[in-house]
Amino acid sequence: MAALGSFALLIALALAAYNLFAGGVALRLLAVGGPARVAPERLAETARRAGIAGFLAVSAAAFALIWSVFHNDFSMEYIVEHSNIALPGAYKFAAMWSGQEGSLLLWAWLLAAYGFVLRLTHKTDVKLYAYAGTILAGVQVFFLLLLNFAAPPFSGVRGGIAPPDGNGLNPLLQYPEMVIHPPMLYLGYVGFTVPFAFALGALMMRYPGEKWIHITRHWTMFTWMFLTTGVFLGMHWAYAVLGWGGYWGWDPVENASLMPWLTGTAFLHSVMMQEKRGMMKSWNVWLIFSTFLLTLLGTLLTRAGLVSSVHAFAQSSIGDWFVAFMVIVLAVCLFTYILHRDHLKSEHRMESLVSRESSFLFNNLVLLAACFTILWGTLFPVLSEYFDGTKKTVSGGYYSHVAVPIGVFLLFLTGVGPLLAWRASSFRSLRRNFILPGVAFVATAVVLIAVGLKPWADEGVFYSTVTFSLAAAVATAIAAEFLRGAGVVRRQTGKNFVSSTVLLVRRSTRRYGGYLVHFGLVIVFIGFAGYAFNKSAEKAMGSGDTMEIGPYTLKNLGNTQESNPNYDSEFSRLDVYENGKKILAQPMTPEKRTYAVNGQPQTMVAIHSTLRWDLYVVYEGEDQTTGLPIIKARLNPLVNWIWIGLAVMVFGTLVALVPSLNPARAAVVVPLKRPIAGPAAVGVIGGGD
Amino acid sequence: MDFNRAFPRGLKPGPFPVAAARLKPRPFQARRWIKLTQGLLVAAVVCFSLGATDQQARFEKVGGHLMCTCGCAQALLGCDHVGCPNRGDEMDKLRQGIAGGQSDAAILDSFVAEYGAVVLSAPTTKGIDLLAWIMPFAVSALALLGTIFLVRHWAKSQPRLAPPGPVDAKAEDGMRERIRRETGTE
Repeated sequence: MAALGSFALLIALALAAYNLFAGGVALRLLAVGGPARVAPERLAETARRAGIAGFLAVSAAAFALIWSVFHNDFSMEYIVEHSNIALPGAYKFAAMWSGQEGSLLLWAWLLAAYGFVLRLTHKTDVKLYAYAGTILAGVQVFFLLLLNFAAPPFSGVRGGIAPPDGNGLNPLLQYPEMVIHPPMLYLGYVGFTVPFAFALGALMMRYPGEKWIHITRHWTMFTWMFLTTGVFLGMHWAYAVLGWGGYWGWDPVENASLMPWLTGTAFLHSVMMQEKRGMMKSWNVWLIFSTFLLTLLGTLLTRAGLVSSVHAFAQSSIGDWFVAFMVIVLAVCLFTYILHRDHLKSEHRMESLVSRESSFLFNNLVLLAACFTILWGTLFPVLSEYFDGTKKTVSGGYYSHVAVPIGVFLLFLTGVGPLLAWRASSFRSLRRNFILPGVAFVATAVVLIAVGLKPWADEGVFYSTVTFSLAAAVATAIAAEFLRGAGVVRRQTGKNFVSSTVLLVRRSTRRYGGYLVHFGLVIVFIGFAGYAFNKSAEKAMGSGDTMEIGPYTLKNLGNTQESNPNYDSEFSRLDVYENGKKILAQPMTPEKRTYAVNGQPQTMVAIHSTLRWDLYVVYEGEDQTTGLPIIKARLNPLVNWIWIGLAVMVFGTLVALVPSLNPARAAVVVPLKRPIAGPAAVGVIGGGD
Repeated sequence: MDFNRAFPRGLKPGPFPVAAARLKPRPFQARRWIKLTQGLLVAAVVCFSLGATDQQARFEKVGGHLMCTCGCAQALLGCDHVGCPNRGDEMDKLRQGIAGGQSDAAILDSFVAEYGAVVLSAPTTKGIDLLAWIMPFAVSALALLGTIFLVRHWAKSQPRLAPPGPVDAKAEDGMRERIRRETGTE
């Protein structure tokens, strides 16, 4: 299988190189015209077919790796390093992306899969798709070069003698979410290559109009949805596995996933201005270029060991390859932009500082400011070491001061943007749209202070109070939009309120799907705001001992040990009481595992989630003096809201992806008094986003 | 029964009124000493508990500025990985520093001296570290001001409609009639 995998990767590289070369030549011939021995259309078609065949070759390589993992082929170094016989099946599957070489293969396979779909649907616009397919092939060549020469997944074991068992999977990765988090994140990361390829291709061919944006909209939104889900699954994994009680540690690798999300989100917003008003064309092109470059930077940070990270399981020396590729990509983007920048002239200019356009611009500004702040914080240790000679740490304490205010301002803009009119907003419309959210903001702040919050006493409480109040304002604004629209539909159709709301959403899925995404973000921010009120307690607990945290009493029923072929575990069984009443049928079981194959210890957190808070219990280890297990309990308010918010955001994105039932157009026949010359007098009324 | 005699000042009828009734008023001097002692005891308890709270708060506050140096890239107070070789030593050092009456800055300096600047969870506000704090806000402010300036410039450079000139009533009537005819409105 190793030979098959290696051969498949070589074939895939040859096919991708042919796709790039033949596609490039064909497109050049088509652009300049003139005689050619082979018709450029035929050459482009062979390039497209090579791309399709490339997907089959990379799929064969991926299959070979998975087959080898499942068949414990310890003649391969990768399998020895990342699997063992006792590893459960799901985690054997996850072993594919737990190491450097496997994750690069996953990247190449996903890129090939995206390319496969793109090349199969080329009839939408043959020439534009040919450009995009050729650019994708260029990216694919880079990853296949890596897989063939820098990080081959099918290398033989060192020393040539296969060991009887492997070293096993990193314990941190032996968690159900690890089976879906990396593929989701990679679907997002890799997916941004497609809108990048379309944008660069459209610029190279001086594509007339904005149709390429319509074509790539679904790609971009799907990609954004996967990246969002991947980022949040990563947060949940960190929360449930790392055991430090938080979900976001501002680790460089976490930051690396957030940066393309921020620029991708900015692109999704600003591209609407290009669609509707032909504005910000250069800006959009650079946003998508930057997003793609940031996905590469993220991969570089994850793997090159450039910055220290808790995700240190995939470091290697392939950083130089990534740096070189990023320089090439940047050079190509710059060259193409300089050559064709006259093609990107705006058709309109902004007419007012208080308009939907300027709100998009400010939204972009804030998203990019957040991105810069995170990039700056992530790279500052490297910069300080270069200039100062000493490596510095930039962690949560720094980001809570610089990134949190930006995040809160972003939440504010989430509410304000949709309330402004295109071109310019009158004072009257501002008053009408902002009065309810304004009242909600003030009322929430007053109520929170009345119930005992002291925003002046602590920075965290201050930001939480502002976030809760803004969340109330934004939710009110979104609800008002739905109510207003549903009211109009109800008057038009006579349907009840629920049916009217459904019809409203189906008539303009993109607009109301977007509102749902915003609402999901509001819920997520409410979850974040709970962080300021976290509590914790710690105690060495013998059987029968109790510990108090918030309204809960934890009673230790006993400490137990168990073993299975994969790991030994020690755990405590804790009954949970609230106001003297037992609230859980089964006791909570925080656990410490020690994996048999490598002796690595790992905690497994026990979490009791409610909408109000999470009771989060960690088995920290043994007290050296008493020999009793140390149990750490945390009360983390509102964490569940973050995961609910994600579900709403994904639902909103799916709604926005569904084609509208009726493109908000209705034909109205105007009765004629007398016949007139020319076409029939048919007026068209309708709205839009 | 004389209520004041049965329940001297400070004593209220409890669940055993008969026992309470047996208490006799103490001489004034003795009561004063008892009150004074009680007061001192309360004050001592309050002082000690305040000290404890203060020390715990300082532990949390100073500990919040420190990282675990074992390579886990976690904050010292948040590090929970089983068998961490450094967390215990660092926490002991922190406790000793606080108990020894060192200032926050002195404690942090002693950590930097032992583990290097990497032990601090955020850059300081001196030298090149200051850049870490300034840059995000400076860039955001510049971008914000630049955007406002640009949008205002664009808004001002919009072509304006020509001011309305004298109205030709005859031509306007003709136009209205044409609009009525073509749109079929009355």
